[in-house]
Amino acid sequence: MDAGLLAQYVMNGLMLGMMYALVAVGFTLFFGVLDVIKFSHGDVLTVGAFTALATYAGMRMLGVNSNLLDLIVMLVTATLAMAFLGVVIARYLVMPLRSAPALNTLLITLMLGTVLRESVRLFYPQGANPKPFPALLPRTSIDIGDFNLRFDNVLMLTAGVLVIIGIQYLLNRTKLGLAIRAVAQDEETARTMGINFTAIVLVTFALGSGLAAFAGVMNGLYYNEINFGIGLYLGVVGFSAAIIGGLGSIYGAILGGFLFAGLQTIGTVMLPFASAYKDVFAFAVVIAIMAWRPTGLIREKISERV
Amino acid sequence: MTRAPKFAVLSIAALIVAGAAVSADAKDKVKVGFIGPLTGGVSVNGIGGRNSADLAVRLRNADAKSKYEYEMVVLDDECKPNVAVQVATKMAADKDIIAAATHYCSATAIATVDTYHKFGFPVIVWGAVLPDITYRNKYEEVHRVNGTMINQNDANAELISKLGYKTVAVIHDTTDYGKGHNEYFSKALAKIGQAKIVGTFGVTADQQDFTAELTKIKALNPDVIYFGGLTPIGVRIRSQMDKLGIKALFDGTSGIVSDAYIQGLGPLAEGTLAFREGAPTEKLPGGKFFMEKYNAQKYDNPPEAYGAFAYAAMDMILDTIEKVGPDRKKVIADLANVKDRDSIVGKITFDDHGQNTVPVITKYVVQDGKFVEWADSEYANGKRKLPGQK
Repeated sequence: MDAGLLAQYVMNGLMLGMMYALVAVGFTLFFGVLDVIKFSHGDVLTVGAFTALATYAGMRMLGVNSNLLDLIVMLVTATLAMAFLGVVIARYLVMPLRSAPALNTLLITLMLGTVLRESVRLFYPQGANPKPFPALLPRTSIDIGDFNLRFDNVLMLTAGVLVIIGIQYLLNRTKLGLAIRAVAQDEETARTMGINFTAIVLVTFALGSGLAAFAGVMNGLYYNEINFGIGLYLGVVGFSAAIIGGLGSIYGAILGGFLFAGLQTIGTVMLPFASAYKDVFAFAVVIAIMAWRPTGLIREKISERV
Repeated sequence: MTRAPKFAVLSIAALIVAGAAVSADAKDKVKVGFIGPLTGGVSVNGIGGRNSADLAVRLRNADAKSKYEYEMVVLDDECKPNVAVQVATKMAADKDIIAAATHYCSATAIATVDTYHKFGFPVIVWGAVLPDITYRNKYEEVHRVNGTMINQNDANAELISKLGYKTVAVIHDTTDYGKGHNEYFSKALAKIGQAKIVGTFGVTADQQDFTAELTKIKALNPDVIYFGGLTPIGVRIRSQMDKLGIKALFDGTSGIVSDAYIQGLGPLAEGTLAFREGAPTEKLPGGKFFMEKYNAQKYDNPPEAYGAFAYAAMDMILDTIEKVGPDRKKVIADLANVKDRDSIVGKITFDDHGQNTVPVITKYVVQDGKFVEWADSEYANGKRKLPGQK
């Protein structure tokens, strides 16, 4: 295989991996603080992407024609709106069920996901159709042999890396991060240390859901098309990525995301049989990894049994 | 048996009371069914079909001469075979429902034929194009007003070859629908023998990312990318082709002939080919009548490509019930002898498999944001050129 094509595959895989990683980080954050699996996470991403699209339509109606300004407003609106949605979900659906079996949370968020998804389809104008997402980033690209290097992809990857670094910094270098980690490690001790448990949980859900909105906008910019179903699949993949990485570990989630994207790309390119089996291949490897390391590739420092 | 005299007395009484104002209450209620994908990715087509069938029922109920008052029971197959079998069983098991217009998705239509057969429930398929639906078995319950994908793929392969294209990469979804398209297109292309297939890629029906497959295709550098599947992933593939700088012609099937395809892509849709059985709604014998009535009802969604067929299917069911009465067996017996029956989609003739033998295939190309008939397009007369056209 020539180098240009290889570079193209790597680029495709990196973009895919970045989106998976951003979703997976959300799953890991929620699991960290509350030990819950929030299955509506992918659909929050969808709602985020559609919020951004609606904002775009609104901006155009107001006569704003600057791509950069549009993009900034879209990102801010979508992120804040989803952060708020995340807080509402945590406060009124997830936290009241804390003393109930974990299965209940899983079920209720699974159903909420369906509600969100179908709401987008029913209430967004012509929501059942695939929607074109505006290409707001510069469309320049350089052809290097068979490799079509697009400037917008580079920008998105950079932005994704910056966001992940930002999250790392927040968790490891700030007081808020310390509080989140404290809650994640031991809720009761954290409480006795004077940490406002409810506030920290809500902030974490806001953070994770904001990340989902960011990933949603990125998904729209990358494919220039969104539809009400994007979150479902990304949710499943993001969740698997978080699991193989080791639920509760941020690095694990990121690693898991890129690993999964890599597996899918390899599944399409290297395997002799039809590409229809790439998901079969990728998920089969995930199963194998889980059998080999049940707590994920990067283990939590203190192992928890769920 | 006591019902008929009662009905006769009632209707005579009603007629005496007021010639014109025949009260609807006096008519017996008859239930008919409709099944289509009302949620999920192809729901626009399902809702368009539902509205069109609903239109047929409404017009019939508004007609003072009709013998019964009809009620349409609507169920959602979600375009998923497992769900389809459930709703088909539910509908067929309800003895009050006499007949139904069913299924847009081939995957669901093929999954349910046995159910309809088992319950002796007459159905007319209004949108699914997989040949096996009518041809795999010889079920007297199953009929279809639209054509099959064999015809459209013959026309497709013929046009591609005529335009001088030499290499084709095939992408198809891995449902019965996509696999069928792949099979019949490949056969048709091989029979003509001009262009060859350089690669075939099966993809899942809800796949989001096609960059890996398309990068592989880019290396094969085909003139044409043939796509056997439905609108949602058609939009994604076409849009991602552009991202990767693939300049090949995008050649679709009836599955992408919908307004949603153009809305989803904007200018990128330009120059896409697609094929469909029958003629465009406006050009159908009853197309103008249908569109007028449809628009008068102010439905939220357009009828989409197969709306007219859903209308024709439902209308034929209602005609038959008017003629032989609300009895499944009699309806089946009557539908076995449909020959040159007038409908808004043209004359309908069912062959011994209940398949309408529609000869017309319409070739489309997207030009300036519309599906234009190939013969009328600027691509056919040479004013514009398709990608790679000589």
